Amino acid sequence: MLEKLLLNHYEAAAVILSGIGLTNLLLQRNLIKKIIGLNIMDTAVYLFLAAKGYVEGRAAPILIQAEGGGWVTNPDVYVNPVPAGLVLTGIVVSVSVTAFALALTLRLYEHYGTLNIDEALMKMTEQQEDIEAKISQAEEDVLA
Amino acid sequence: MNEELKAVWASFFNWVMGNGPRPENEVIPAEPPPALPFTQKPKDKYSRFHEATLKERYSQWLEIHGLHLFSVLYSGVSVLLCIVLVSLLLATVAELPPFGHERNPANNEVIERYVKHGGRETGAQNIVAGLILDYRAFDTFGESSVLFTAAVSVLMILGASRRNSLKDDSKPHTHDPESGILQRGPPLMHHDDAILRGVASLSIPVILMMGCVVVINGHLSPGGGFSGGAILSTALILAANAYGFGKVHAFFSERTFIVSSSTALMIYALSKGYSFFTGANHLHSIIPKGTIGNILSAGLILPLDICVGLIVAGTLYGFYALFSEGDM
Repeated sequence: MLEKLLLNHYEAAAVILSGIGLTNLLLQRNLIKKIIGLNIMDTAVYLFLAAKGYVEGRAAPILIQAEGGGWVTNPDVYVNPVPAGLVLTGIVVSVSVTAFALALTLRLYEHYGTLNIDEALMKMTEQQEDIEAKISQAEEDVLA
Repeated sequence: MNEELKAVWASFFNWVMGNGPRPENEVIPAEPPPALPFTQKPKDKYSRFHEATLKERYSQWLEIHGLHLFSVLYSGVSVLLCIVLVSLLLATVAELPPFGHERNPANNEVIERYVKHGGRETGAQNIVAGLILDYRAFDTFGESSVLFTAAVSVLMILGASRRNSLKDDSKPHTHDPESGILQRGPPLMHHDDAILRGVASLSIPVILMMGCVVVINGHLSPGGGFSGGAILSTALILAANAYGFGKVHAFFSERTFIVSSSTALMIYALSKGYSFFTGANHLHSIIPKGTIGNILSAGLILPLDICVGLIVAGTLYGFYALFSEGDM
């Protein structure tokens, strides 16, 4: 098994990276570090796709000029062009999601003064209880 | 005489310092004896522990130990989950076909089809550009829309509230000591750095030209709208850092971003819609394919690349400006 893993070392590295990213996502309490974990998982996916598209000893999928004019369109000369397109899509979506998540985190920080998700939730509950207490107080006043 | 004067001065001094004579009927309270550690009353929670029913005991125990137990369990389970997942995936990876082998199932007839006919059908020398901007152009349109939507959402989340708060005061950023909530001040001014300005004035034209080359040669060489747009946005970010956001604001503001990006998206959608309509219905299309290898070739790929480049450059600069200044 180890030999096969060494043969597929790019894919193995991608899998381990995605595991690291997932652990980060689950265990970190800091929101920025959670987002970094998400980005590590994204990177693992790109690495896996790029490794799947590679073929030993072939050129990038940009047509090469043939000797007697014209273009070499023999498919045995070029690597797989499809993973490049897929990775492009992945990068764009990851950039968008990261920016959106960071913006939300920034607002959360401005509101609660902390990046720790537990502390923020605690403050959120406190504020909710305050509001509920005020509402019940107001109701009692009205009834009285 | 001397003794009397001294006594007067002393009483005057005492009067100034507030140490008046002690009242005659003053009662000095006796100090309570120090409490011995084992006589301290236990907390109410624990006091009736032995009298409580089993259910009450359980709820008390949960209240005291529950959160700690949960966090330990949570960490343990998540680490276990990750280890199991990684080992399962590694077992799968071990069964995958060897890396870089030409007989891999990923290198199938789809790739043959793209490489053999891609150049003739799309007119693009770069097969990836032909793939993402001709065969799968609607997918790329969706990507550009996602990017644009993300920029607009960040603008909504960060822009509106800050613009209001910036007008009010001119205090620097401070933390409220009690709640720890950030009181936002005006945006951080850029430092007028002569070295940065000198380097920027030399490198910004080169970076801009490089970005344009990458965008315009998207169908001939590696690159294209996304990478070229990212290079263009770095030039804008460098300019903002060297000369201040006000200078960049003069020619690239929020309004410019919205107008240019929406126009680019509209041009993309309309031209690609026309191309798909004529192609799917075997109508005569007015868009020529050109000869492979020329700049003006590959039909719609060049204008689409420019559209995507505009969107990406605006969006990435917008992210930077919004996160650092709260404004575009």
